[in-house]
Amino acid sequence: MLAKRIIPCLDVTGGRVVKGVKYFDHVDAGDPVEQAANYDRQGADELVFLDITASLDHRDIMLDIVRRVAEQVFIPFTVGGGVRTVEDIREILKAGADKTSIMTAAIQDPDLVNKGAERFGSQCIVVAIDAKRVPREGRDDSNLGYAPDEEIEWVVYTHGGHRPTTVDALAWAAEAEERGAGELLVTSMDADGTKAGYDIELLRRISERASIPVIASGGAGTVDHLYEALTLGKADAVLAASIFHFGETTVQTVKQELAARGITMRL
Amino acid sequence: MIALIDYGMGNLGSVEKALVKVGCEVRVTADAGVIREAAGVVLPGVGAFDDCMINLKAAGVIPAIEAAVAADKPFLGICLGLQVLFESSEEGKLPGLGLLPGKVVRFRHDLKVPQIGWNQIAVRQDCPQLRGIADGSWVYFVHSFYPEPADETLTATVTNYGYDFVSAVRRGNLFASQWHPEKSAAVGLHVLENFRHLVEAAQ
Repeated sequence: MLAKRIIPCLDVTGGRVVKGVKYFDHVDAGDPVEQAANYDRQGADELVFLDITASLDHRDIMLDIVRRVAEQVFIPFTVGGGVRTVEDIREILKAGADKTSIMTAAIQDPDLVNKGAERFGSQCIVVAIDAKRVPREGRDDSNLGYAPDEEIEWVVYTHGGHRPTTVDALAWAAEAEERGAGELLVTSMDADGTKAGYDIELLRRISERASIPVIASGGAGTVDHLYEALTLGKADAVLAASIFHFGETTVQTVKQELAARGITMRL
Repeated sequence: MIALIDYGMGNLGSVEKALVKVGCEVRVTADAGVIREAAGVVLPGVGAFDDCMINLKAAGVIPAIEAAVAADKPFLGICLGLQVLFESSEEGKLPGLGLLPGKVVRFRHDLKVPQIGWNQIAVRQDCPQLRGIADGSWVYFVHSFYPEPADETLTATVTNYGYDFVSAVRRGNLFASQWHPEKSAAVGLHVLENFRHLVEAAQ
């Protein structure tokens, strides 16, 4: 049976792994190549690297990291952050990544998803969606965490969570799939970095409509949270950063606990 | 030397790096002469069936591939590089290479297609290519199609996704997997190492 995947995420800037809370304050969490090899040894099913600065000079540093990771890590890995053109995708894949994730550029130029999928195959195009809860139109309540689910919706944010759009996240997920995305990486901006759990309602609504895999992201603090995302949230994979980076637990321990609770895991 | 066939498609980089990791001397090539000289041949591939056939033809490597298989040279097909060895595919209109009898079909069930992620292999052949690979080993898949060999004895591994399907085939020194050994961690590297041993034995 196909296993659910556990995917450590490494946010990279200036050649180092960092971890932020709600996208802002960043703490140094180590050397990316070293971290990648560690996670591989622990049994990570895949890795995701997000270049969170993604300026031009950082791009070369990132490509160098990708090359070095590809030489010693033999599990699939995805690289994202600042991917704007088909040429950017080509460079990342050529350096040795298996997939690229596209976020801001996919919203600004949705044809990039089609072009990337046609040129390199859907399997290497991951569309990343940063979604934030907003009240359904006409509703005046900022206390969204407690609002009934039918009274909320989600909008897409771009630029690493800094810029709101008017795009509905559920509609965009469906469109991205239609345009040829191979997987959807869904991050809740409300939950990210809080370690209080994924936005299960967001995941469930996207997963139930999608026929491509959904990777849950944002909010993992405990094994319970991962379990909820894979069961109630119907996600195919879970992305997590903080719980692994600071040695609180290992990928292996998490996978064993999930397997004991009946989730299919590669052990 | 192992010829890794470059016909403009596929994840050549990761296959090359994994082969180098297990000690292979690799040449990435579209030169039929190099393929003929090689002690082993690897045909990778990611993408669509017809594009693959068109690109193989344009690269002029088909006669060299046919010669390698006819001579029972150690041969490794990966993913689409397995599918094109068969006679036809539901994905495309063009005929395949027809070096193995049977066709390639699409998953017929309600599960998510493509299958993306790690799944297990049941080992059905005691062969050098799978030496040391335990029944139930986990390997990485990304695919919507799989082979239906006309000759049951070709089946090397079987995997369950909704139902059982053939996930690798083998005939003599030819081995081809629907899964990606280059992305299957220690299990995958072990399979590539077995391939290296076959190549060395054939030299």
